[in-house]
Amino acid sequence: MIHELKLMAEQASQESATQPATRPVLANVSRRGILGGAGALVLALSLRSPAQADETQTKEQKEHKYGADGMPHGWRDDPKVFIAIAPDGTVTVTNHRSEMGQGVRTSVALTVADELEADWPKVKVVQAWGDEQRFGNQDTDGSRSLRHFFQHFRHAGAAMRAMLVEAAAKQWGVPASEVTAKNHTLTHAKSGKTLGYGDVAEAAGKLPVPATVTLKDPKDFRYIGTGKIGLIDNFDITTGKAVYGADTKLDGMLYATIARPPVYGGTVKSFDDSDAKKVAGVVKIFKIDGAPIPSEFMPLGGVAVVAKNTWAALKAREALKITWDDGPNATYDTDVFRKELEEAARKPGKVVRTQGDVDAAMAKAKTKVVAEYFVPHLVQAPMEPPAAIARVKDGVCEAWASTQGPQAANDRLMKALNLPDDKVTVNVTLLGGGFGRKSKPDYVVEAALCSREVGGAPVKLAWTRDDDIHHGFYHTISAERIEAGLDEKGMPVAWLHRSCAPTIGSIFAPDPKHELPFELGMGLVNTPFSIPNMRMENPEAAAHVRIGWFRSVSNIPHAFAIQSFVSELAHAAGRDPKDYLLDLIGPPKTIDPTAIGDVWNYGEDPSRYPIDTGRLRGVIEAAAKGAGWGRQMPKGRGLGIAGHYSFVTYTAVAAEVEVDEKGQVKVQAIDIAVDCGPQVNPERIRSQMEGAVVMGMGLALTSEITFKQGRAQQNNFDGYEIIRIDAAPKVVRVHLVPTGKYDGPLGGVGEPGVPPVAPAIANAVFAATGRRVRQLPIRDQAAGA
Amino acid sequence: MIKLTVNGAARSFDGDPDMPLLWYLRDEVGLTGSKFGCGAALCGACTIHLGGTAVRSCVTPVSEAEGKEVVTIEGLSPDGNHSVQVAWRDQNVAQCGYCQGGQIMQAASLLKDTPKPTDAQIDDAMSGNLCRCGTYPRIRAAIHQAAGQTAAPKGERL
Repeated sequence: MIHELKLMAEQASQESATQPATRPVLANVSRRGILGGAGALVLALSLRSPAQADETQTKEQKEHKYGADGMPHGWRDDPKVFIAIAPDGTVTVTNHRSEMGQGVRTSVALTVADELEADWPKVKVVQAWGDEQRFGNQDTDGSRSLRHFFQHFRHAGAAMRAMLVEAAAKQWGVPASEVTAKNHTLTHAKSGKTLGYGDVAEAAGKLPVPATVTLKDPKDFRYIGTGKIGLIDNFDITTGKAVYGADTKLDGMLYATIARPPVYGGTVKSFDDSDAKKVAGVVKIFKIDGAPIPSEFMPLGGVAVVAKNTWAALKAREALKITWDDGPNATYDTDVFRKELEEAARKPGKVVRTQGDVDAAMAKAKTKVVAEYFVPHLVQAPMEPPAAIARVKDGVCEAWASTQGPQAANDRLMKALNLPDDKVTVNVTLLGGGFGRKSKPDYVVEAALCSREVGGAPVKLAWTRDDDIHHGFYHTISAERIEAGLDEKGMPVAWLHRSCAPTIGSIFAPDPKHELPFELGMGLVNTPFSIPNMRMENPEAAAHVRIGWFRSVSNIPHAFAIQSFVSELAHAAGRDPKDYLLDLIGPPKTIDPTAIGDVWNYGEDPSRYPIDTGRLRGVIEAAAKGAGWGRQMPKGRGLGIAGHYSFVTYTAVAAEVEVDEKGQVKVQAIDIAVDCGPQVNPERIRSQMEGAVVMGMGLALTSEITFKQGRAQQNNFDGYEIIRIDAAPKVVRVHLVPTGKYDGPLGGVGEPGVPPVAPAIANAVFAATGRRVRQLPIRDQAAGA
Repeated sequence: MIKLTVNGAARSFDGDPDMPLLWYLRDEVGLTGSKFGCGAALCGACTIHLGGTAVRSCVTPVSEAEGKEVVTIEGLSPDGNHSVQVAWRDQNVAQCGYCQGGQIMQAASLLKDTPKPTDAQIDDAMSGNLCRCGTYPRIRAAIHQAAGQTAAPKGERL
């Protein structure tokens, strides 16, 4: 996503900016040699990509690459890169995707193990370092890991199984067709001979990788789709042994903290470190130059303190006296900016999708309904703030980082240190949460700059929570205005949606001031409603802070506005919100996303991944059924519903809330239904949905970042409130919509649970109280005027 | 010179007595199971047992541990099989896992004082421990399991 997003930003800037665009910083710089070392084989494996070679594809579709193939470095088509079998039979799976709680280390390993017919207790997983030439794309974002790599990992496991079978057959002098592989054992039934995987591992490794492989019949899966596999890191996590970004210990390691400009684009005017230097344990204090706007993923600069322990570094930082030049964003005030956004959303803007004649239909409509919605800045706030360790010595940089994008980190280190690729290594630890924040490796570069400055001692650079909240890559801030012209039955004949929000593109290029195709494609232009006349517009909005991905990204404001508005229209029509929503979606059909203005479609082939409104209907009905939709609710209680398509997955939420006399909203129960196609690890799909409910509740009820004079007004978890256990619903029911086929299009899981949560809660508040909440967070708005 | 015991081993420290126990444990002793999450006793990721009581090590100066026993997640049980740890694994509570050491230490403390907690007692005891991944429903389930009020999930767990 980083890659295509950059290109989109640059293109948009060139279209509209008055100044020349900066040169793109692309990842495909010269790469280190691959598969080095004695005995390394260059294996030419030509597996048929499951998403390719469809005879029905047009020429354009064949030329355009989708899924993993559309990403920089795609997939590394070589099972030996990912699977090693030791003489004792231990299978080691190398996982090249970052683990941040989505369970990918477990899911990748179990996928390989199943096709390999491995015995699960003999399977280990190791984490790949950042090297996309060797491993393929490693950007762990966009809910893509299994979507892009499930079939590839299946093929890799099956290819390795075939090689083990071949090796055993050769040893016995029998045809390979007479040898079976099951649960770590190779058997020749006719002779009764058996061998373990470890017995033939070395011989198998010398065989060519088969050009074609036979995948297991899904009915024979032992791990995939069963949900029986426990987390592969469970023991380490529950005993404190799991290693995160700040947990690696190196000899002679020092500890750094940085005072960064409080305003985006600000710089250090001067600083006085006389008191700071007096703190025992301080090693060095120095200025770091930050990248100017647009700062991309590079550090913001500031004054760094390196010390012998974290405490000394923190105390010394506090004692610094710094005068800042706040730069161009010194007056950013979100109260003022909100009004600007709302004004902009009331006027025509850049048309991003149009069909029919909205103006004519609107003029003829019997009634009109209009509403405006607002979603503030948010910050990801993973429990582990950004952290990295780096050692830069003798022209070599090695880093240990909690990062979603190790190759991105590697490339920024090369740029910052002016080192060639073969002198930079980024080791990937477990991530204590990511949610998009850790796709941006500014903190990894900071650690390296500090190490270089102190002569090459390894330096641990850890952000505090205040740092994380003050210097984030924030979720955008948005005003959404929707107007509908209704017929005599209360159904829309015209729909005009204006979405106004600073773009993530503003960190990559001169501010394009318009949402990029990938943001528009997150639930704005691809609104799948059966309305004859529709227009979506995107008025200009400038960015004044670093805007970044936050789990589910632009789907948050788009889904909040649209799914709230649908319930408003249902109320206006005197109809049941669920029935009304289903009528608006219309009968089941598939829609070519490109035909409704979505040229992105999450990077997936529109013919393989059309929008399937039947599946959207299915999850809405499943959530409603789970919640007992339609039942009589006691006073002060209400049910709300919302459904949304994101990351090529369909999700719906039915929320039951209770609003007390003081207007306090208590979420009593959530039913969340998801149709993500094939379910590789249902256990982790459930846990991702449970987690998305809690994160969605946080942004619905309490979380908000505001700015005054360019400075974030919240400091820590007291001001930036996220959900605590006492606010978590007692009942969270996850409904997995079953799917039969494992070769069907696989959807994302990590993010799609979030978008429908907030509108479902707001709709439930309306059902409980008659009060419509149009801005997040809800806080005490349910109390009424 | 501050003398204390960490996971059963006697230790002494002659650095800044105001240094929070969290940084002493992580930077000086090398025990990294206790995590930094907020530095202000707002999230519980740093929870340890000091003299048998759950405390936030990020705001507890090392001087307060003088003569006392400190237990971290690494020392909760010799083999990692404290009933709370087992329940956490059975329920697959963790997502990213970062906060879970603190959650487990808090839960172990709760169960010591309240062997059969209700949901309300769990919420009350655990509300200082944040989890951004949102594992709260499973935390409740795991605590009930560790308390013997519910069985481990049925079915094969590999």
